[in-house]
Amino acid sequence: MPVYVARRVAGFVPVLFIIVSLSFFVMRLAPGGPFDQDRVLPEQVRANIEARYHLNESLWTQYIRYLGDVLRGDLGPSFRYPDRSVNELLGLGFPVSLLLGACAMVVAVCLGGAAGLLAGVRRNSVVDFLAMSFALFGVSVPNFVLGPLLMLLFALGLGWVPVAGWGTWRHVILPAVTLGTFYAAYVARLTRAGMLEVIGQDFIRTARAKGQREATVILRHAVPSAILPVVSYLGPASAAVLTGSVVVETVFGIPGIGRYFVTGALNRDYTMVLGTVISYSVLLLSFNLLVDILYAYLDPRVQVQ
Amino acid sequence: MRRHLLLVLTVLTMLIGSLSAPAVAQEQVFRINNMVEPESLDPGVVTGVPEHRILSNLFEGLTTTDPKDLSPRPGMAASWTLSKDGLTYTFNLRDATWTDGRPVTAQDFVFAWERVLNPKSGAKYAQHLFYLRNGEAYNTGRLTDFGQVGVRAVDPKTLQVTLKSPTAYFLDLTNFYTLYPLPRWALEAHGKDWVKPGKMVSNGPFMLASWVPQKELVLEKNPRHWDAGSVKLRRVIFLPTDDVNTAYKQFLAGDSDWIPTVPPSQINTAKTKPEYYASPYLGTYYFRLNVTKPPVSDVRVRKALSLAVDREALTKFVTKAGEVPYSGFVPAGLRGYEGPRGLGFDPAAARKLLAEAGYPDGKGFPRMELLYNTSDLHRVITQAVQQMWKEHLGVQVDLVNVEWKVYLARQGSLDYQISRAGWIGDYVDPNTFLEMWRTGGGNNQTGWSSKRFDELMDRAARLVNAEDRMRAMRDAETILLDGAPVLPLFTYVNKGMLSQRVKGWYPNILDQHPLKYIRIER
Amino acid sequence: MRASSAECRGPTGAPRAVSAASPWMDALRRLRRNRVAMLGLAILTAFALAAVVAPWVAPYPYDRTDLRYGARSPTWSHLLGTDELGRDVLTRVLYGARISFAVGILATLVSLTIGVTYGSVAGFRGGRLDQVMMRAVDILYGLPFMFFVILLMVLFGRSILNLFIALGAVQWLTMARIVRGQVLSLRVREFILAAQAMGASPRRVLVRHLLPNALGPIVVYATLTVPAVMLEEAFLSFLGLGVQPPMSSWGSLAAEGAAAMEAYPWLIIFPGLALTTTLLSLNFVGDGLRDALDPQATLRR
Repeated sequence: MPVYVARRVAGFVPVLFIIVSLSFFVMRLAPGGPFDQDRVLPEQVRANIEARYHLNESLWTQYIRYLGDVLRGDLGPSFRYPDRSVNELLGLGFPVSLLLGACAMVVAVCLGGAAGLLAGVRRNSVVDFLAMSFALFGVSVPNFVLGPLLMLLFALGLGWVPVAGWGTWRHVILPAVTLGTFYAAYVARLTRAGMLEVIGQDFIRTARAKGQREATVILRHAVPSAILPVVSYLGPASAAVLTGSVVVETVFGIPGIGRYFVTGALNRDYTMVLGTVISYSVLLLSFNLLVDILYAYLDPRVQVQ
Repeated sequence: MRRHLLLVLTVLTMLIGSLSAPAVAQEQVFRINNMVEPESLDPGVVTGVPEHRILSNLFEGLTTTDPKDLSPRPGMAASWTLSKDGLTYTFNLRDATWTDGRPVTAQDFVFAWERVLNPKSGAKYAQHLFYLRNGEAYNTGRLTDFGQVGVRAVDPKTLQVTLKSPTAYFLDLTNFYTLYPLPRWALEAHGKDWVKPGKMVSNGPFMLASWVPQKELVLEKNPRHWDAGSVKLRRVIFLPTDDVNTAYKQFLAGDSDWIPTVPPSQINTAKTKPEYYASPYLGTYYFRLNVTKPPVSDVRVRKALSLAVDREALTKFVTKAGEVPYSGFVPAGLRGYEGPRGLGFDPAAARKLLAEAGYPDGKGFPRMELLYNTSDLHRVITQAVQQMWKEHLGVQVDLVNVEWKVYLARQGSLDYQISRAGWIGDYVDPNTFLEMWRTGGGNNQTGWSSKRFDELMDRAARLVNAEDRMRAMRDAETILLDGAPVLPLFTYVNKGMLSQRVKGWYPNILDQHPLKYIRIER
Repeated sequence: MRASSAECRGPTGAPRAVSAASPWMDALRRLRRNRVAMLGLAILTAFALAAVVAPWVAPYPYDRTDLRYGARSPTWSHLLGTDELGRDVLTRVLYGARISFAVGILATLVSLTIGVTYGSVAGFRGGRLDQVMMRAVDILYGLPFMFFVILLMVLFGRSILNLFIALGAVQWLTMARIVRGQVLSLRVREFILAAQAMGASPRRVLVRHLLPNALGPIVVYATLTVPAVMLEEAFLSFLGLGVQPPMSSWGSLAAEGAAAMEAYPWLIIFPGLALTTTLLSLNFVGDGLRDALDPQATLRR
């Protein structure tokens, strides 16, 4: 196992390299640059700014320079926010997104898992229908509708939580719920599907035949096999959640890194986009690795080469 | 299992520790929805209005403005004199200090202005210092000796400024952030980081207490400010919430005291609330017409399009906040200036003109594109105008919604036929609206050119007599409206919500509200 | 694999003769018995029908603005009210159905085709090929989705075709991963080993044995992809990259309505309800399909 992990981690490097390079060049294809604004700059001033940020050099030179910086751990200055470097902005936003994402995943796994479990066990009954409807609510309502709706009800109407912002546990509730219900639906789905698949299998029948309590049968025998597709899903989902959701961060005014991704692209803030791409990729690769390891743990029949 | 639990708990505790205690709303704390995270706190770098709201309170220039009528008031300069030929200002600086105790000297201004004009710094608003003699030459690299540029420190308390030509509105510009003084020693010591809390040295009525990007920016009263006695506010918190609807909800919930805009869909309900305000704003909402691309290359077509727009209906039913339907380009209300009336709403005349141009009833009219950048407001306005043109002229126009950068790029390269645009005045003078239409002007972006217009603008720049100047500019605007590279729709209105506990806040045409006059009432 | 006829029992537990029909016929029968799924199917059919006949049935032209009747709540002449420019909401919702369905279905088809092919090959072959293919997926995952979409829109024009491609091109990655996971798991099961021992070619094993058993999660995820795509389209419209006004999809209508939620609730309620009902129906149908297609479906307890 350790050899496998080491090999996989070593495999991160070429992947990251390709991702960064691809993104670097693909980004430059889009029209418009970071310094376009509605007050047009005199030619000379524009030339000066571009010189400062090395944008006047050939693309290849810029690329080599950027790679060199990244290897030293310097993700560059932000074009959009010249007072701050990308490292600084991402460093400030990352713990925030991490916390938000973790809470959202907790919501997703608890709500979704419980709903899916219930539904799978009591298949085709009212319980099934209700549990799934409840879980599916999360993917049937767009989060730019759900967020403001929750805000209207609980923040503006009842005043239980602040409208937006970040800083106390109260600020986390609505955004975590908004963000989590989306993934809860997928988790519920996959849990239910997994449960159904597993429940009909021989080893379950054996367990029941041996006279074990239903709860034990479900929890100790069925669930570990059933959650395999969920585990598959949690890999990419966690990375996505942890880098935040643009809509939720924008609507609730949360200082996370999720929206740097989109605003970076829209502002043509090249260094910022590349910075978020790198963080996202590292996270994703790590989570996928974790998932594969977990998979091997849970399903002993799977061989990990 | 227990070990894992401990690890999880530790991680959780660390994460939760990243949350800080809540701030309780107290008296003399003013919370502002600034609508966007400020680009930078370096006065030489920024170009936006939200940044101005912060920087005009962190720093102080030679002059400040009167909160009611925006006339120049003494700031760092206690008094000044102007030479007979209108070219040389001599500013006498008062005894003021920076937040670290050092005195503010004329040298601080020279340092700052040199930095802005220095070609290597790439300052985006360098053109505000082109009014100085040789300013432009230095910025474009033609001149390398800054001593030749029209600003020098006669002695630590006297600053002499020599202009290229008489500039009636120069004292408005001295209030602008590009012309603020800067503490050279702080920049040299900290480099880029000098704007961070704890390192920043400023000279305004407030100082920087904390700044967490995307979360909040906090100012606190500067006890060393020369006018600290009149400053009532203790703390000012700028919230960078950029979702308009969320910001509006924050105001309604009492989490903020001022929001300088209202979501378009909420205007009708907002109007019923006492916190709502609307006042004229120095800006024009218009369409650019690309005179190099058919069919709008024909001036008759351009005028027909203008005559077919019902501006009254637009402002009454679509924008709804009391915007002023307007056909001129320079907004009304500038003292001493009477702009020419442009083309009103006359569908019959419009159809006639269109027929003359060769498209009777819109037959044979090629498909045109109307470019606009993403925004709820632009979306509804362009759709309404699209319908008007269809109804009155029989002309089909396609709406092309692109994101901001693409919009800028296409306008800049003249890759459009009609494009939605807006222009906000930088200072209170018609020149800020007319300068841009010179042949080849960077902000022209329509391909329109008129020698007569350029001549009139040159004349106006040299005239000292106010009336003559205004008349020359009026003639220039007449030519502009006649050539019709612009289709003005209305002039802006500043609308927003202000808590009734806020006093000392006055509506004005530039929407500037210096915080040193504001106080919160119980 | 299909159970032997000896194991097929009816609801009472008594053995039941099974005709030698294909597993798909069985599936159809099972689906028809699932009431909730049939309800969902009925709703979807109704909406799809409405979308098809919209141009003939809609009371007003979809782009007809009337500024004097802006933002009116439902009345007899405008059953679902008007939007801020005075356009009839019922008409816009009907036309919106067309775009939303088109986007959802086509983008999902794109992602399905690519994802299943890719994932099954990777999972089945395993070894080096699998590693390489999945690394490629990892790489593509890391690409900034926003930029890719912006780029497509800008370089190739704002057509709706580009929208399908861009959305489908992002969704297939997760599908491939899930399929691969499933295939990996199933590959070592007894019935697969049996089929291989009997001399079935790899392709036959893949298509006739593996995929039908993996079908459950695939179908489930596909029916989850349609609403995901619809939601993503709404998000894109929000940023100004979706369908161009005055055309609208349910997603862009929802985005517009969300901004005006407190002031003009009907602008969000009706498109929102249409969207939500459709998405829920899609999910229940997918659920029913999953149950129906499961070759090892147990009998009702």
